[in-house]
Amino acid sequence: MATASTNAPPQRGWYKRNEIAITPWLFLTPAVLFFSVYVIIPIGQSFWISFHEWDGLGEKIFIGTDNYERLLGLGDQRMDRKFETSFWNNIRWLVLYLLAIPMGLFIALLLNQTVRGIRLYKSLFFFPFVISQVVVGLVFSWFYLPNDGLFDVMTGWFGIDIRGGVLGNPNTATYGIIAAGLWPQTAYCMILYLTGLNAVDPEQVEAGRLDGARGWKMLWYVIIPQLKPATFIAFVVTIIGALRSFDFIAVMTNGGPFGSTRVLSFYMFEESLSEFGFRMGYGAAIAVVLFFIMLGFIVYFLYSMWRDEQAAR
Amino acid sequence: MFPRPIEQQSRSVQVGYQALLPIALILWLLPLIAVMIFSIKPDSDFVQGNFWGLPSSFEFFNNYGKVFFESDMPRYLWNSVVITVPTVIGTVALACMTGFALGVYRFKGNLFIFFMFIAGNFVPFQILMVPVRDLTVSMNLYDTKLGLILFHIAFQTGFCTLFMRNFIRALPFPLIEAARVEGVAEWRIFWFVVMPLMKPAIAALSVLIFTFIWNDYFWAVVLTQGPDAQPVTAGITAFNSQFRAAYHLMSAGSIVAALPPVAMFFLMQKHFIAGLTLGAVK
Repeated sequence: MATASTNAPPQRGWYKRNEIAITPWLFLTPAVLFFSVYVIIPIGQSFWISFHEWDGLGEKIFIGTDNYERLLGLGDQRMDRKFETSFWNNIRWLVLYLLAIPMGLFIALLLNQTVRGIRLYKSLFFFPFVISQVVVGLVFSWFYLPNDGLFDVMTGWFGIDIRGGVLGNPNTATYGIIAAGLWPQTAYCMILYLTGLNAVDPEQVEAGRLDGARGWKMLWYVIIPQLKPATFIAFVVTIIGALRSFDFIAVMTNGGPFGSTRVLSFYMFEESLSEFGFRMGYGAAIAVVLFFIMLGFIVYFLYSMWRDEQAAR
Repeated sequence: MFPRPIEQQSRSVQVGYQALLPIALILWLLPLIAVMIFSIKPDSDFVQGNFWGLPSSFEFFNNYGKVFFESDMPRYLWNSVVITVPTVIGTVALACMTGFALGVYRFKGNLFIFFMFIAGNFVPFQILMVPVRDLTVSMNLYDTKLGLILFHIAFQTGFCTLFMRNFIRALPFPLIEAARVEGVAEWRIFWFVVMPLMKPAIAALSVLIFTFIWNDYFWAVVLTQGPDAQPVTAGITAFNSQFRAAYHLMSAGSIVAALPPVAMFFLMQKHFIAGLTLGAVK
């Protein structure tokens, strides 16, 4: 802008002279303020609250790391059993939820054709993702009903009887919920892969064919490397989805039977807003632990994105 | 193309594939099909244990009529609309601005702010729960729609900024430079040069956010209670306790609650998928 100064009138305002430097900040201010108040600052506040005993209304009582000691069983205490169950259930969610990625790829490969009506098939396969998790959870809980549920009827044909129904039995309940969660998640991964497959370089596929690559080999050495961006996004959304799982549990079992389906996000909610009184401090401590589990993944995601950013410059 | 196009295969493989598709689809959507059938069954079917058979009579109007005229469902639906629409408008407006600022200008802290938005969006939202609830209560917005709207706008801005910024990055930059050389003010560049090009992104984000917010359950139970402000996802649980074990009504209610995002998806499919799969292709 300095080059223009010779013929510009000298009384050009301060704003005009610094327009390019100031404009982005003007555009950013409302969103940054909003985002700070509702997202960034609360993260810090949660850390702070986790060192207190607080019922949400009265005074916060500072108790240092007591909440964490109780939670993790430091010192001479035992680890909080509910926390232990929730933590291992979170691990189950994480591992099993990732199945959505290969399953989504499988369906995408099945549907990546150009027969008549395939577009409609694709959107109908994707359909479960659009429905709210609350409704999906409800539907699956009827599917799992003991005696009357279709699942129970079908397992009955093979002589398998799960006592109390899938969701009534502490050994199976979590897996039943995860299966319900996999349904929409698989649909999401499928649509990512369909888009990815669309962009696969046909020349490379032809070259692979000429070199005699077929079936699995072609998939593994030629196709999957090209689907890397789709796989990355599928991985990100699946991990986040697994750690956020709350709706399904709240709707399908409400943490039961005998607390066997709790995960950290649900346990945190339960402690903070339970009918036995609000234990916000303890809840915040659980959330902080969940945050640290997530942080590992967040750092990895951000690092990958940052690397792409550098490469793009 | 991979897998090998089916037209290049033998006739029998083609016929087999065509036959397989509908079967696979029915299996895949079986839970949904079941609920649809549930919702037109009479009460007596469930009493007699006829859960999964054909309905003994067609009760579509009866069941859905009950949902609309004998429950709080219409109120919950309306609440959802009142929460969702302003959130979509607010978020998209904010994200257009942040996307423009982060996508067009080079300045110190650009990447830092961008990554702050992304990181905040990845955070498990339970860590926000206690402070946000406290903040909402202290602003006297607990159990109001406005309280939910404000939070949703703030939180969704993270994801939308990521989306918009990458979209604007892909626009031809010489266009903006040409406008600058012409001496066009920066805000006019935003409004007259960049905004018209952002229409597809705005459409995609709007349908996505609509669906996300409509389907939100966690914040609905954290920040609201009761039929004055609760959206339909939370309302459906209240509805279900009103009609305990009345599966025909619960399924009709669920279908009604799920319908708006579904309609949105089928109407705006192209934009919806473009939004969801942004970045899936380099």
